[in-house]
Amino acid sequence: MIFSPAIECAERSEIEAIQLDRLKSTVKRVYETVPYYKEKLDAAGVKPEDIQSLDDLKKIPFTTKADMRANYPYRLFAVPMKDIVRIHASSGTTGTATVVGYTKTDLDNWAECVARVVCQAGATPDDIAQISFGYGLFTGALGLHYGLEKLGAAVIPVSAGNTKRQIQLMQDYGTTLLVGTPSYALYIGETAKQMGVDLHELPIRLGVLGAEGHTEEMRKAIEDLYGMRVFENYGLSEVMGPGVAGECTEQVGMHIAEDHFIVEIIDPETGENKAPGEMGEVVITTITKEGQPLLRYRTRDISSISYEKCACGRTSARMHKVLGRSDDMLIIRGVNVFPSQIESVILSVPGAGPNYEIIVTKENHMDRLEVLVEVNSAELLAKFAELERITNSIRSRLREEILLDVKVSLVNPMSLKRFEGKAKRVTDLRDKGE
Amino acid sequence: MLKQISVFLENKKGVLARATKLLGREGIDLIALSIADTTDFGIMRCLVSRPDDALKVLSENGFLASTTEVLAVAVPDTPGGLAGLLDLIEAGDINVDYLYSFVRNPNENALILLKPDDVDACRKLFAEKGIVTLSDEEVYEGAGK
Repeated sequence: MIFSPAIECAERSEIEAIQLDRLKSTVKRVYETVPYYKEKLDAAGVKPEDIQSLDDLKKIPFTTKADMRANYPYRLFAVPMKDIVRIHASSGTTGTATVVGYTKTDLDNWAECVARVVCQAGATPDDIAQISFGYGLFTGALGLHYGLEKLGAAVIPVSAGNTKRQIQLMQDYGTTLLVGTPSYALYIGETAKQMGVDLHELPIRLGVLGAEGHTEEMRKAIEDLYGMRVFENYGLSEVMGPGVAGECTEQVGMHIAEDHFIVEIIDPETGENKAPGEMGEVVITTITKEGQPLLRYRTRDISSISYEKCACGRTSARMHKVLGRSDDMLIIRGVNVFPSQIESVILSVPGAGPNYEIIVTKENHMDRLEVLVEVNSAELLAKFAELERITNSIRSRLREEILLDVKVSLVNPMSLKRFEGKAKRVTDLRDKGE
Repeated sequence: MLKQISVFLENKKGVLARATKLLGREGIDLIALSIADTTDFGIMRCLVSRPDDALKVLSENGFLASTTEVLAVAVPDTPGGLAGLLDLIEAGDINVDYLYSFVRNPNENALILLKPDDVDACRKLFAEKGIVTLSDEEVYEGAGK
């Protein structure tokens, strides 16, 4: 089902006309109401009337996280506080938190965007949705909450934590849809297994997981654990929260809510725009936000965009799976490594994972990469060669994938850290003791 | 049926001590023990007086462990004793995954624990050739209960 077919399946020319119209009014509005943006645009020699085509967007300077911090907490708000009805903050993944304000209209638009995301993943008003994101300043839980309600699903606002109770609720309430981080979904699934609960026998059928990326291999591991399909979506609190983009049942990229956001891909070094299909940093301009509009916000997420019509019938541009945040990228002996590349390799080896940890240290001035991987089946103990096969295949595949020699250490099942929110699987000890 | 315990050992200090301490605390006697390791990990294989209890206590304490059926055979403690046995197994087209020896009492026959790829075929072969495998009781004899 398509939640808002008129816009999700509109002709490209129609989408672009809407975008231009809304972009013009957004630029005009922030120029008039946000002193920081007026200064920034003046300094760049750009007047609101200079924006006459979508291509003119390039003239506008970027907004960065540093800009948001410099204007902490409210100085980027474009409306008086009497019009703000909700305040959220970023989860502070990197550095101090940033604040976001929403008007009543912003909340309505947010619910609309999220309703599209869950609808295109296959959710219906018949679904019973368990929200296992932590409620609070974090946008994930309330974002999905309002979007699922708008679709008409029954929402169980259980929040994160108390894992055994999560499973109890799934059994008692007949949960059909799970919302949470991929790491927490994994943890809940493992706990159910330990409790002797077969999730395949329960009505749960759909996972709408987010707030952190996951590889295809991790998706498969979670799908197998529950016997459900898992869908990815994209968003960040600075521009709204979840709802910026989401996968449809075709699962080839995430459809962008282009009537609310203009998404560009740029070269993070030069700031130049990339061609469709090329990888680069995701830059987002909000074009309907009233409370806190952002112009060309640099997300630091690495992805690409394609504009072809999707087999599902939607015409909206699609964002490819985010390879990682540029903040997460590790530089090991001069080689750029995204933790997601390592995750892909580990989870592609039968018997290994899905839980793992990456440890970076420095020994004799050389970077040293170690991965700890849980062995997941006692059957592997029958033959020594089976365990050696795991360490050897991970090592050789990592050498092919990231061109580095990695120490692979097998550890006991359930011995690594588990996460109720966003996972922290990388420990970089290089700054210490140097 | 003789049950051997296999335990996965992480490459960390004190892991083996922790595993054996757990067994000791439960009053489980180690009868035979073999460890295979690389720089990355190891596997401890052992015969214990109460294999089911051992599996339970190890698993509950975070160890990855499993049980496997193995055969115990007495081999004359003379040069070529083991070689004769292995020739026979090979002739029967059976592969040995691993084996290790142990002694219950000095001056007695050497005891061999072996894990053939096909336990039933191997047991049948031994019966045909008149090679006696030891019963659980014989192996556990003298072990602390």
